[in-house]
Amino acid sequence: MGFNSKNRRMAKYVIETENLSKEYPYGFLNLKKKTSLEGLNLQVEQGEVFGFLGPNGAGKSTTIKLLMSLIFPTSGTARILGKSIEDVSMHQDVGYLPEQPYFYDYLTAAEVLDYFARFHRLTATDRRARVDRMLKKVGLETAKKIQLRKYSKGMLQRVGMAQAILHDPQVVVLDEPMSGLDPLGRREVRDIILELKKEGRTVLFSTHILSDAETLCDRVGVIVGGKLRGVGTPGEIVGIAAQGMEILFEFTGEAKNLPLLSGATKTGELFRVQVAEMELYATLDQLKAAGARIRSVAQIKPTLEEFFVNLVAADRAQANAVEVSGK
Amino acid sequence: MRNVWTVATNAFREAVRDRVLYNLVFFALLMIGASILVGQISIGIEQTVIVSLGLTATSVIGLMIAIFIGVGLVSKEMDKRTLYALLAKPVERWQFLIGKFIGLVMTLAVNTAMMAAGLYAALWVVKHPLERNDAYVLVAVYLILLKLAIIVALALLFSCLTTPFLAILFTVGIYVAGVFAHDLRTVQAVNLSDGTMRLMRGISYVLPNFENFNVMGAVAHGEAVAWRLVWQATLYALLYCAIVLAAAAAVFSRRNLK
Repeated sequence: MGFNSKNRRMAKYVIETENLSKEYPYGFLNLKKKTSLEGLNLQVEQGEVFGFLGPNGAGKSTTIKLLMSLIFPTSGTARILGKSIEDVSMHQDVGYLPEQPYFYDYLTAAEVLDYFARFHRLTATDRRARVDRMLKKVGLETAKKIQLRKYSKGMLQRVGMAQAILHDPQVVVLDEPMSGLDPLGRREVRDIILELKKEGRTVLFSTHILSDAETLCDRVGVIVGGKLRGVGTPGEIVGIAAQGMEILFEFTGEAKNLPLLSGATKTGELFRVQVAEMELYATLDQLKAAGARIRSVAQIKPTLEEFFVNLVAADRAQANAVEVSGK
Repeated sequence: MRNVWTVATNAFREAVRDRVLYNLVFFALLMIGASILVGQISIGIEQTVIVSLGLTATSVIGLMIAIFIGVGLVSKEMDKRTLYALLAKPVERWQFLIGKFIGLVMTLAVNTAMMAAGLYAALWVVKHPLERNDAYVLVAVYLILLKLAIIVALALLFSCLTTPFLAILFTVGIYVAGVFAHDLRTVQAVNLSDGTMRLMRGISYVLPNFENFNVMGAVAHGEAVAWRLVWQATLYALLYCAIVLAAAAAVFSRRNLK
């Protein structure tokens, strides 16, 4: 729908930031400054799904709000589709889902979508068709005539998703799109993101859920304490395969006296044991010989929290080292 | 202009759905009560009582809507974060602001027009047929609407600058000062220095002069209103609103949302 023709004018990077920083003044007479984002240099390429990972308060939402011109940078610049973020026309090709979105509660879902569609210069017929299509896509067809004040948090999130992609944007920026959703809703959002990727659109979304980043992202950027700590594939960045394997098993008869059972934890009838990746097959052979039934074998992945804790600890260690060598 | 109109019609829809126009029920009851009472107790001054009461109620109710809803126009959207999705659309911040202003002025126009209809109905009950000079009640209502438009612009400016509570205080303060702006300009006090007099005169020109819109006394007594006064007041209100809205847009265009 005009999407390919729009693509021709595409800059090398779809989203590009240069030394983007944001400080918030606070305290008496706003004399103190808190840095929320420090010198962010980020490039998102055409057609990729980019995950912005970080704990709460890391600067994810600040970055997204800066990109959407909801707040203004203290220094630095950013461009989307080659246009400065200060150029309002940039929003014609960009869709945005705010974190915990909230819309005019006196409007129905169909009305709120029609209202937003009006800013995209769409004809009344086109607007009607798109609104119906989007409501169907996010599963709100049957609730389209209900005022939003009666909507649940999850339903509002769906309306938010619908308004973000209503105008067929080339770039979609989603701030915590899975938050507040039940497992089914999360899956639907994941499907929508994958569909957007299939259509060749670029998606930037923030999350602190590692599995979302793993299943959806071509690349992730990790941000902690307002600083970008690394960009790469989810595996590269978080080091997913580094912590070994976990085997879940049970015995059909009497539990055998195996040495590895001393390191296992027992829950009900199930035993759980962790081994290094290279010892996996030997362990499985031992268990087989002892007559154990294997229930599952899974990689042990670090949680994002662990990853962030390690990052912060590494930062502190480095800071201490600098201090000591300075002495 | 299309974006401004889209925001304006939505602001009007919001006011209607949030039952702002329900105040008309109160106004209707007031007018019915007044016409019954006036019919019983006053002889020869029905017109003065009904018109004065009707115009005062139109002005006071309009002021309350202009101040309280005017301050909420932007601050409510920022607090509830409904602005986030909107400002990420191809819409300039000033377009949003002007749209909100026009939306509330449209609401006030419908409100005051309905009140004018109620006032005429009450007038017809106490003295019929209506006279030619009764048409000037409409002029008085129009001038009240101009005054309310200035209040809305001021409420918008203050809500862009500070918290809703302080914005209400400032708007009310400017309104009260504006009512006395004319007196401030013409005051002759023997014990004040030239400098103080000049300062007071200077302030009186910055404040909105609401005396320009007050023809209640004349209209209540069935007198005519000079057309020159009407277009001068219109021009004054347009200019004042334009300056205040330009200031509000300048502040809002660089405001960081939460």
